[in-house]
Amino acid sequence: MVQENKSLEIERNIGDFAYPETHTHDAGIGLTEKTIHYISDVKQDPDWVREFRLKAYRTFLSKPMPTHWASRDLEAIVFDNIRYYLSGGIQPKRTWEEVPDDVKRTFERLGIPEQERKFLAGVEAQFDSEAVYSNIKKAVGEQGVIFVGSADGLKEHPEIFRKWFGKVIPTGDNKFSALNSAVFSGGSFIYVPPGVKVKHPLQAYFRINAENFGQFERTLIICDEGSELTYMEGCTAPKFNTATLHSAVVELVAMKGAKIQYITVQNWSNNVFNLVTKRGLAHEEAEVKWIDCNIGSRLTMKYPGVVMKGRKARGEVISIALAGDGQHQDTGAKMVHAADETTSNIISKSISIGTGRATYRGLVHVPKHLKNCKNNTECDALLINSHSRTDTYPAITVRGTGNAVQHEASVSQVSAEQIFYMQQRGLSKAQAMSLSVNGFVNDLVRQFPMEYSVELKRLIELEMEGSVG
Amino acid sequence: MAHSGLSFESDMQELIIQDLHVSIADQEIIRGLSLSVPRGEVHAIMGPNGSGKSTLAKVLAGHPDYIVTAGSVTMDGENILELEPDERARRGLFLAFQYPSEIPGVTIANFLRAAVQSRMPEGEELEATDYYAQLYKKMDLLEMDRSFTSRSVNEGFSGGEKKRNEILQMALLEPKYAVLDETDSGLDIDALKVVSKGVNSLRGPDLGVLLITHYQRLLNYIVPDRVHVMVRGRIEMSGGKDLALQLEEKGYDWVKDDIDEPTLA
Ligand SMILES: Nc1ncnc2c1ncn2[C@@H]1O[C@H](COP(=O)(O)OP(=O)(O)O)[C@@H](O)[C@H]1O
Ligand SMILES: [Mg+2]
Repeated sequence: MVQENKSLEIERNIGDFAYPETHTHDAGIGLTEKTIHYISDVKQDPDWVREFRLKAYRTFLSKPMPTHWASRDLEAIVFDNIRYYLSGGIQPKRTWEEVPDDVKRTFERLGIPEQERKFLAGVEAQFDSEAVYSNIKKAVGEQGVIFVGSADGLKEHPEIFRKWFGKVIPTGDNKFSALNSAVFSGGSFIYVPPGVKVKHPLQAYFRINAENFGQFERTLIICDEGSELTYMEGCTAPKFNTATLHSAVVELVAMKGAKIQYITVQNWSNNVFNLVTKRGLAHEEAEVKWIDCNIGSRLTMKYPGVVMKGRKARGEVISIALAGDGQHQDTGAKMVHAADETTSNIISKSISIGTGRATYRGLVHVPKHLKNCKNNTECDALLINSHSRTDTYPAITVRGTGNAVQHEASVSQVSAEQIFYMQQRGLSKAQAMSLSVNGFVNDLVRQFPMEYSVELKRLIELEMEGSVG
Repeated sequence: MAHSGLSFESDMQELIIQDLHVSIADQEIIRGLSLSVPRGEVHAIMGPNGSGKSTLAKVLAGHPDYIVTAGSVTMDGENILELEPDERARRGLFLAFQYPSEIPGVTIANFLRAAVQSRMPEGEELEATDYYAQLYKKMDLLEMDRSFTSRSVNEGFSGGEKKRNEILQMALLEPKYAVLDETDSGLDIDALKVVSKGVNSLRGPDLGVLLITHYQRLLNYIVPDRVHVMVRGRIEMSGGKDLALQLEEKGYDWVKDDIDEPTLA
């Protein structure tokens, strides 16, 4: 018995980081006011940020875990065991030889460039993207676009930063947004001046560093009147290098007539709690669109939202969630209509494999006094084998006249007959599975930029190979 | 046993079924069936509904629900019963399904490309231009519109479109043995002519066809070399193409009466 447990422990630690023993350069384990001060000291926060963090810390303590509606699995998070900040001087160390073979194989199959592999696997702390992307950076810089890390943003551009920081997602929105507000580091700050249409999608990659892959990223994007931006974060490579709790906050502000498209592709390892708050504020005739793809993790809770504050504002959430064995994807969308003639669209597709579980939670809110608002919600679930589980919890409150809401939901199976049919044409079982799954998400994958959609397809193939065994 | 002398010769280009017994849910559906189809020939299997024709077709293709309790099936001398469905397919066995599955979101072009690719050696990539040239050639043969390729496989297809799609796949994949299960059902006369023309154009010394139908009508267009009558899981009568006409005239009861008598006695 004892031996069995032991081998289990070893298994779990494969691929984990070895941290240096000395804690002199990090905030240590656990969270107290001292930790907050430590982070503020190291980051040389302005006083208002230090205050903001401390206040958020108290809010975090006062908020209960949302287990009354969310998964009880959240109780497995031990806040006292978490390391909240690692300063730039100290980096986790691992050699390429120590990276597990299956991860290397995945990099190979996904066609991740050599130098990025080392970074993603945590062998190198920096991925030098300057050379690759400096042209684009220069081009957007000439247009007056600000694109920096959030730490630089709050120091160098306080007049814009402070105006919106914490306004779209207040600290007390939920326990995890409060936690993020207390200990945030990493993430991006972007400001696009009026009328500027940024041609190339900006990527977190452009200015990637260890902090960027940290646990508590904080991103703030402001698109001024009539401007346009596409932002992409994450990648399809497995992010297996990181700590078990991830809690990001992303705030988007689209001023009158602006358009923001925010694309996320994430592939988490099986031990990660990924608890993210994302919301956009759309002013008159502005548009905020979230395109979100979540793969892996132990538990993901993520409901990108749009508050449509101005007349004719539009909000959209396109999401794909893939829950493999033992994983739980609890995802959805929040659409808050706060002006006349606002329209929102939610398309959610989830895939559950084995014991994987996908939950959809949607909130659509249209208050009584509004006129001519529209929402369309489609959520489709695909189940692969009988253990799979899917739940849908739509919460739609629509009042007033002339408002229209349409909700469609479907659950389908990849049937044995379908797989047999494809096998009869020469495809292996795994190929047949991945083709079915790719078919299921095909119309959504097409909305991703080319390189992502290709990677996504390959990633689904890999997942299916794993699930068929 | 008609084939006992031949079945051991491994260089025989023949699909040989010997004394096959198949069950599903503890019910025996195929009850000692023997049959062989040499390449270059078209054999028709006729039989009333429920006699086990589709079961036979699916068992040949390796459907996991059916259990082979006895007997053997060899393709060009190789026992195929131990092979996965996709391995049988890649070795040259094709089944045109009576009820083809729908695959939402997967276009015909992508599906067939994956099927063709699966037959290529590891590491070799199918050349897109070659592939489309081939595909369009076969589509022209079956008088199919090019726009067909961008539709999802069988999704929302009419009965006739599904059957035509099956034959398109057969034409493209160039099997050694093809089992066509009720390919004529649901076709109007024009579609039947087109599909028959397609099948006939694929006939040749390298292809053996097992044509399953319960109407004689199809056999006017695809003239078989042999006709077998299947009743309750066995081949009860075999003959030349005239047997189909006889059946048309006298009905299956004629065969049934013929065989029921000895068992009743
Ligand atoms: N999956 C199945 N489960 C149970 N019985 C089946 C199944 N498939 C076929 N059968 C039975 O086997 C018999 C033969 O069916 P089938 O092979 O479809 O006949 P045919 O194609 O000649 O009409 C029928 O009695 C049918 O009910
Ligand atoms: Mg049948």
